[in-house]
Amino acid sequence: MTATLVKETSSPPPGPVADRTRRLRRRGKIIALLFVLPALLLLGALVVYPVLFSIGRSFFDASGTSFVGGDNYAEMFRDPATLKAVRNTAIWVVIAPALLTGLGLILAVLVEKVRWATAFKLLLFMPMAVSFLAAGIIFRLAYDEDPDKGVLNAAVVSVHDAFKGESSYPTARARDAHGLTKEKDGSYRTSTSVAPGDAVALGLVGVQPDDLPGGAESAYAAAGRKAGPDELRGVVYLDFTPGGGGEQGKVDRRESGLPEMKVEAVRDGETIATTTTAADGSFRFQGLASGSYEVRLPSSNFAQPYEGVSWLGPALVTPAIIGAYLWIWTGFAMVLIGAGLSTLPRDALEAARMDGANEWQIFRRITVPLLAPVLSVVFITLVINVMKVFDLVYIIAPGPVQEDATVLATQMWLVSFGGGNNQGLGSALGVLLLLLVVPAMVFNVRRFRRSQR
Amino acid sequence: MNAVRRGLGNGAVQAFLVLIGLVWMTPLAGLFLSSLRSAEDTAKGGWWTVFSSPGQLSFDNYSSLLGNAGITQAFWNTVLISVPTTVLVVVIAALAGYAFAWLDFPGRETVFLVVVALLVVPVQIGLLPVAKLFGQLGLFGTIPGVVLFHVAYGLPFAVFLLRNYFAEMPKEMLEAARMDGGSEWRIFTRLVLPVGRPAIASLAIFQFLWVWNDMLVALLFADSASQPLTVELQSQIRQFGSNIDVLAPGAFVSLVVPVVVFFAFQRHFVQGVMAGSVK
Repeated sequence: MTATLVKETSSPPPGPVADRTRRLRRRGKIIALLFVLPALLLLGALVVYPVLFSIGRSFFDASGTSFVGGDNYAEMFRDPATLKAVRNTAIWVVIAPALLTGLGLILAVLVEKVRWATAFKLLLFMPMAVSFLAAGIIFRLAYDEDPDKGVLNAAVVSVHDAFKGESSYPTARARDAHGLTKEKDGSYRTSTSVAPGDAVALGLVGVQPDDLPGGAESAYAAAGRKAGPDELRGVVYLDFTPGGGGEQGKVDRRESGLPEMKVEAVRDGETIATTTTAADGSFRFQGLASGSYEVRLPSSNFAQPYEGVSWLGPALVTPAIIGAYLWIWTGFAMVLIGAGLSTLPRDALEAARMDGANEWQIFRRITVPLLAPVLSVVFITLVINVMKVFDLVYIIAPGPVQEDATVLATQMWLVSFGGGNNQGLGSALGVLLLLLVVPAMVFNVRRFRRSQR
Repeated sequence: MNAVRRGLGNGAVQAFLVLIGLVWMTPLAGLFLSSLRSAEDTAKGGWWTVFSSPGQLSFDNYSSLLGNAGITQAFWNTVLISVPTTVLVVVIAALAGYAFAWLDFPGRETVFLVVVALLVVPVQIGLLPVAKLFGQLGLFGTIPGVVLFHVAYGLPFAVFLLRNYFAEMPKEMLEAARMDGGSEWRIFTRLVLPVGRPAIASLAIFQFLWVWNDMLVALLFADSASQPLTVELQSQIRQFGSNIDVLAPGAFVSLVVPVVVFFAFQRHFVQGVMAGSVK
């Protein structure tokens, strides 16, 4: 303070002004530092220092007492669980960004052709607002293995059954010595041979009354009908009277028919005719040549039903989680690419159309090349995000397959905090994650410096 | 002829997009419908059975959620974590962004390049060291600890975004304000903040959603009294299947707030997410 006073008096005319500016400048610097200080303190203490600490810590053992050099890094590629995480992260990086960029591009181009583009974009972008936790719960529900609970397997099973036919009675069986004999392949045939003009009653048990198809009707009336001379008829029924009573081997009044059961008429081991039972369990074969037949209930009636796909089993869990990730991020890719699309020169596209190019040629030769910069930004952004994916894997993968689905971020968590408690290896995994994003870091810094010139 | 073909093509495109739209809506619709069904109904069959028997739907799960002390506490914790974090990030980053853009101090360029480099640092690397640090400071397991961590890791992007936005302001505007003798603080509050409102809005929305939806940070730094909704629900996932009547409405409540924010501020939201994607 005194020094400045002395200076002030020693250089008279320009003095006060120059000094004033200098003092102002110093004051300005102090103010500027006050403005940036909160940010720098927090960044220094909670981001920069931890990065340096982790790098140092990664060269020490689990307890942090002895220096082990690069052992933790070598361990990463020896420990099967960590190796699995490295592999899965690689799968994520190879598949998810490419798929998302492709899907985003296709949707961005197509959505331009409809009037309700904005509504569509909003709908697809909305999952970006949803937490990974909520998305995880949503997809745990959707991927449920039981086709009666998981919507995906419900869809898969109904498609499968539409083509292959569904078996309605996996638990049904016949009582011994009540007229039906079980074959090796699981089918049933009449124990004694029958001929046209006969009527048979085929009783089965083992079907819960709740499991009967909705339209099933009482078999009693049908069982009383007589067959015509060239006709073989009968009824397949549930030989069980709800609430008790009823006689085994006879069609009682309240016993239900088994509808949709396949029935075959067999002669000399050859299937002559095939039919399906009606709602009351009745069936008939008409116009049969006389002779001795067997009535057979083929095994497809009793096959275990198709249970769908085990989405969250060890084999499919990673693709399944990537599917959930697509649900969240497709809108992002589409909107970003769409923004790039709107900056494309309209006249280039119009000119191509005038020259008779079709939509595919325009897409392939003009749109995609012109969009290349945007596509690469989307792609890189997604790669960075995918490498750090944590919550989705942590939530969706059920406990037993967690190790099949593990990625670097979840492994880092498990090793450091989730029981592993090896903070040396954990730090090394953290550093690996950091190293993986270093190219992006360099890219950001370069791009910024270029933009400042 | 060509027009007919184009018309047909357009029909196919519409059909395809409608299909995609339906596929995209299904998971959310499934969650919502599941949240309205009792545990017994859920055990019996999927949510699509409500279309044949709508009698299953009721708000009972939501009213019992209101009586669930763990969930309501966690909901308030989420608010107590995300609102202060958002305010702090915006204020601290606006101050720093203005300084990096218009004030002169030694090392300004270099320090800002460091901030740019910090943009992509994964939060994972901070977990262990900061946990130790917070343990010594008594912040571990508290809401302020969770907030501080979020603020620090939100700052690089926030400072980057606001500095770039402020730097676009016309120089003459600031010089005129300085000539009028306004202090830097006055210029900041009266001029810079109002001008920067669009960028600040996008940042605030992005930051709010980021923290509202976070699970990882709170999983480590919060204890059972300070944990947000995501962590509370996560801790119940182990019994998945038996407690859908808690998980589904809980998840729906946790996503309603961000989705409302999304529809209310579509433009800012999209801009914020786009800009934030460099993280």
